[in-house]
Amino acid sequence: MEHMSLLERVVRGVLIALIVLFFLFPIFWIFLMSFQTNEDILRIPPSLSFTPTLSNYSALITGKLVSTAGTLDIAFMRNLWNSVLLSTVSVVIALILGVPAAYAFARFKFRLGEDIAFTLLSFRFAPPLLVLLPLSLYFQKLGLTDTYIGLIWVYQLIALPLILWIVRGYFEDLSPDIEYAYRVAGHSWWRTFTRIAIPLAGPGIAAAGLLAFIFCWNNFIFALILASAAKQPVTVGALAFVTASGIQYGQIAAAIVLSVAPTLALALYAQRYLVEGLSLGAVKG
Amino acid sequence: MTDAAVKHADARPRRRINYLPYLLSLPALLVCIGILIPFVTAIYYSLQRYRLNLPMMRGFIWFQNYVEFFTDREFWHTVQVSLEYTVLTVGVELVFGLGIAMLLQKRTRINNLVSILLLLPLMTAPAIAALMWKLMTNPNFGVLSYLLQLLGFNDFKWASDPSTALFTVVLVDVWVYTPFIMILLLAGLRSLPTQPFEAAALDGVPRRFVFFRITLPMLTPYIITAGLFRMLDSIQQFDIIYPMTQGGPGDTLLVFQVRAYLEFYQYTNVGKSAALLIILWAITYALSNVFIKQWLKLRERARGMA
Repeated sequence: MEHMSLLERVVRGVLIALIVLFFLFPIFWIFLMSFQTNEDILRIPPSLSFTPTLSNYSALITGKLVSTAGTLDIAFMRNLWNSVLLSTVSVVIALILGVPAAYAFARFKFRLGEDIAFTLLSFRFAPPLLVLLPLSLYFQKLGLTDTYIGLIWVYQLIALPLILWIVRGYFEDLSPDIEYAYRVAGHSWWRTFTRIAIPLAGPGIAAAGLLAFIFCWNNFIFALILASAAKQPVTVGALAFVTASGIQYGQIAAAIVLSVAPTLALALYAQRYLVEGLSLGAVKG
Repeated sequence: MTDAAVKHADARPRRRINYLPYLLSLPALLVCIGILIPFVTAIYYSLQRYRLNLPMMRGFIWFQNYVEFFTDREFWHTVQVSLEYTVLTVGVELVFGLGIAMLLQKRTRINNLVSILLLLPLMTAPAIAALMWKLMTNPNFGVLSYLLQLLGFNDFKWASDPSTALFTVVLVDVWVYTPFIMILLLAGLRSLPTQPFEAAALDGVPRRFVFFRITLPMLTPYIITAGLFRMLDSIQQFDIIYPMTQGGPGDTLLVFQVRAYLEFYQYTNVGKSAALLIILWAITYALSNVFIKQWLKLRERARGMA
């Protein structure tokens, strides 16, 4: 293994280059498109030399799309804001609800404990439409259709199971001895939990929160069914935008870049946590 | 956790019922329980003749919605497309994921950088990824359409042609999810004990033999876990197919969830839509039980090796 022949090195290098090309080219190309005018985009053959323009982004940010057919209002910035709001609040609530539950499942053997944990996990795997379609009829009756509260509630289905199972694994890896010692020293259960257990499981909680945020951000189907234009996140908003603007390809590309930039930046920034969370607890960090 | 710690924890006397764990897990459960109600409702709907546009016709028909599926060619088409999609995506992703993981196995600076960069497709929302590929395969200006023309494929219509639509969505799925399998298998590869490989190298065992007799068997639990996890998602595919083609052209890509969605919103046939989803749920439930068992076994192993 140590001594690779020259041929093998070359083959490996070429293969890795091809892999990087396949997985990064789409992102790179859309990024370039977002700085092109429609004329540049429609030119055949496609070219890498063009004068970059910020007009696509400014159209999205000001919300006014001026074209030959007239002015079109775009609410894309609103979609972006909705995504930030929905994902952030959902994850914060899921952490408040999920971390104590994860601790309970990790530290206490209690009746129905495993059943409850599995019920929560099974939500992760059920077909989302099975729940969403009847729920949309209920939400109409309850007046929760197209409200942030309704959406955030349903987003718990994405965030809670994830946080619960990742954080539970982390608590189980911590030896309870430190907590016992702290309690023997006369501290309350609550103090032990907040001062000892949570800080020690910090990396796990961060990984789970990060992953939950990205999954909430990337979710498409929940908001497609339960939200109208004013409350839609970017995933649904971008699709609506494609339908509405039709041929404004530069703006579509810019909208795509703005939609994926936050999750991609987070992924690069915190990739170590992410890999740990993604490997389903199958490896030790 | 050491054995002594486990014994110590178990030996603690617990005489009265401890309410604390219930108190801690109850809020999370309550939030999710509201979601169980729609699930029961879906079962109830699936046993009814229930169309939103014909409320007068609503009535209890027991299993008629299900029985009708047996002779419904559209239903079997949905089953077939969903299975094809699942087998193709999971198969291709496992092969690619394993190949890439083995290429990147050594911890060099370049390999680490590449494995980080490959996270990016995985972090892209699948619905947005579908739009990206839609732009790149646009017949007028799409860069991929152009490149294929250079290679002599003049009428390759990607997602808008029934003969290539499945290929196109599978390609997008492979682009998004191969990195997931790669990450899991790379973690698995790097956690394997090194002795068998060193021994094999010392004895001059051929590489192919090492791969099939040592690497593959030792990696199998990881491969099964990753494959099952992807299957669970793939059989429920919606996020890529719906933005890309809305299940078209025609009925080419009407997988379970896309058909159920159209059945509900386009044909307002709530009963049939619910029955379709219950069948999908039964499939995923069976799969998820197998998956969870595999996953817990793997976690135990990872703990044991630490």
